[in-house]
Amino acid sequence: MAQDEPRFHVPAPHVRPGDTPDFSHLDLQAAGEAPRPDPSVAGMETRDLALGLIGVLDHNHQAVGDWDPKLQPDVLREGLRHMMLTRAYDDRMLKLQRQGKMSFYMKSTGEEAVAVAGAMALDKGDMVFPSYRQQGILFARGRNIVDMMCHCISNSRDNLKGRQLPVHYTWAEGNFFSISGNLATQFPQAVGYAMACQYKGDKQIAASWIGEGSTAEGDFHGALVLASTYKAPVILNVVNNQWAISTFQGIAAGQSPSFALKGIGYGLASLRVDGNDFLAVYAATQWAAERARAGHGATVIETYTYRADAHSTSDDPSGYRPRGENEIWPLGDPIARLKNHLIGLGEWDEARHTALEKEQNELVIASYKEAESHGTLHDGPLSPVNSIFEDVYAEQDWRLRRQRQDLGV
Amino acid sequence: MATMNMIQALNSALDVMMERDGDVVSFGEDAGYFGGVFRVTANLQKKYGLDRSFDAPINEAAIVAMAIGMAARGLKPVAEIQFADYIFPGLDQIVSELSRLRYRTAGTFTAPVVIRTPCGGGIRGGQTHSMSPEAFFTHIPGVQVMMPSNPYDAKGMLISAIESPDPVIFFEPKRLYNGPFDGHSGGALSSWGKHPKGEVPEGHYTVPIGKADVVREGNAVTIVTYGTLVLVAQAAAEKAGVDAEVIDLRTLVPYDIETIARSVNKTGRCIVAQEAPRTSGFAAELAAQIQEECFYALEAPIQRVTGWDTPYPHAHEWSYFPGPERFINAMNAVLEA
Repeated sequence: MAQDEPRFHVPAPHVRPGDTPDFSHLDLQAAGEAPRPDPSVAGMETRDLALGLIGVLDHNHQAVGDWDPKLQPDVLREGLRHMMLTRAYDDRMLKLQRQGKMSFYMKSTGEEAVAVAGAMALDKGDMVFPSYRQQGILFARGRNIVDMMCHCISNSRDNLKGRQLPVHYTWAEGNFFSISGNLATQFPQAVGYAMACQYKGDKQIAASWIGEGSTAEGDFHGALVLASTYKAPVILNVVNNQWAISTFQGIAAGQSPSFALKGIGYGLASLRVDGNDFLAVYAATQWAAERARAGHGATVIETYTYRADAHSTSDDPSGYRPRGENEIWPLGDPIARLKNHLIGLGEWDEARHTALEKEQNELVIASYKEAESHGTLHDGPLSPVNSIFEDVYAEQDWRLRRQRQDLGV
Repeated sequence: MATMNMIQALNSALDVMMERDGDVVSFGEDAGYFGGVFRVTANLQKKYGLDRSFDAPINEAAIVAMAIGMAARGLKPVAEIQFADYIFPGLDQIVSELSRLRYRTAGTFTAPVVIRTPCGGGIRGGQTHSMSPEAFFTHIPGVQVMMPSNPYDAKGMLISAIESPDPVIFFEPKRLYNGPFDGHSGGALSSWGKHPKGEVPEGHYTVPIGKADVVREGNAVTIVTYGTLVLVAQAAAEKAGVDAEVIDLRTLVPYDIETIARSVNKTGRCIVAQEAPRTSGFAAELAAQIQEECFYALEAPIQRVTGWDTPYPHAHEWSYFPGPERFINAMNAVLEA
């Protein structure tokens, strides 16, 4: 028998399956209210920003306040296009996974602004160290969709020779570091990379992303210590999408009222941002990049968002959270919000939106056809079998040569 | 030629490489201003500046991760882990990241990092300052593992490690830092100055990765070992008057099977030795491979000389340490069989 009262404290979400979705307990600062300090400000001076919420798009879809990055309509449309393509791609890949075309897939639905706006506010030369849910960066940086799909179906054209799970992309030409799968490991690596950029005397910086659940890992704290100690030109993003597989954010947050606040303990500039607000994510990243490039050090950015879909194709959220939560998420949907903002500006309309959706869906379908022509995991062709012995070291030693011969390849 | 102990030889390797290559940087706990608790990085900060030899926070995972990030951007980091016993918080970064970066990116990103760490007992270090954890690292595809047994090799091997395109876990047997050791605990510390391998060139030279060294030639039995036990095995063979051939492996991954097999095929008898606990130690891998290579030449079962399957004790350190008596017993067993 379970105890009536737990003997020690275990945090629990406000609602569980069967309950009515409810976010009324959230006390979120309204768009436009947060002040924008100079990017050279001392890290400790950002404490209120770590506890508040930087937002630009208000309920009427208008850009308000000091953080408005005042982007040209072309840039806004580009952002919308990348986010929409990310979603179209994710939706299609999910269907294909369900049809048995790939072993596994992870969508980023609802979190497209985090990756797309973050990437667009950086220089293309800046190195990104993402987790597995920032595929939006690849679209923002213009990676070939067929190449992405060839990786996901591990075929003969997979640039990673079939060695990684789907969505664990690497794209060196696009300054996109290897996605690990072991959580938070990339965070301190990004700091080392950023230090090496300074050492080399260029203006390149590094940015990394982890989920809020992964802030419990030692590597999160290691990264913040390094970033603070060496004042590294790095942006450390915590994507708080409220859920780490089935575990709600409170299991990692404990009694801390925000994840950004953790950065304050290390003396780092720390911002909490509406992660579903393209303009806010863009503005915060731009601020942090300017700070880093000017030699004022690292920034921790908590992007406050909601994982609108399952963790992965191996997960079913109906087992741990009420259905329909994503529909009442108080910060809305990033694509709908930017779309409505553009329409309000007179720079977009429903017809163009629908036409773009159709065009992107067709592109995704055609891309998959082309990708499949290079093989699938199920039916091949794959990378040659002897490639499993390549790239372990620069050169194969006698053990690998013999083992390759044992396998007969 | 100069006379150097192993600390000076390792310091000289770092000095030579930092002088030659502006991308070589050195860091670790107490490894900057102070030059390391064993002084291996002494004077490097003074000579090369704060950004090339610096102190790191006490977080081994962060130290390894920082090195990976730096190496991915083209630097050649040499990270010090203060004691091999402390390396475990960094193990995930070594196992899941450092070792696999080349593989999982199909060669588009690499991390040629060197991790230096003092290992082994014989200095009254107790269970937390005496470990020889090399076997863990020999089980990780993608890293190379090295352990020198004298100043000359230490310098040439560390230079090879820094120049390697792949990561190296570089174990430094700290009992040998200040002088050779024959395994007799009570004896006075002798000096590397009186040992031929204490003669060390001041400039650049390499001892290649993957090449063992036959340090004592013989025909009766082959002893394959590395680190501190190389000297103990030699001393034991002298004392027992056994015509033993002693092979200093120097590189554990990839180990030099050719040199080992040539010797065992000649002697027909073999002892494999390590200071670490017995079960699943690197000696077990050697024994398995040697019997595959040399089964029909073997006249006796391969013997293992190892530490016990216990943590490294403090007060009874010398009952744990595989000293000359254990080598002599093993030689008797393998020769009588």
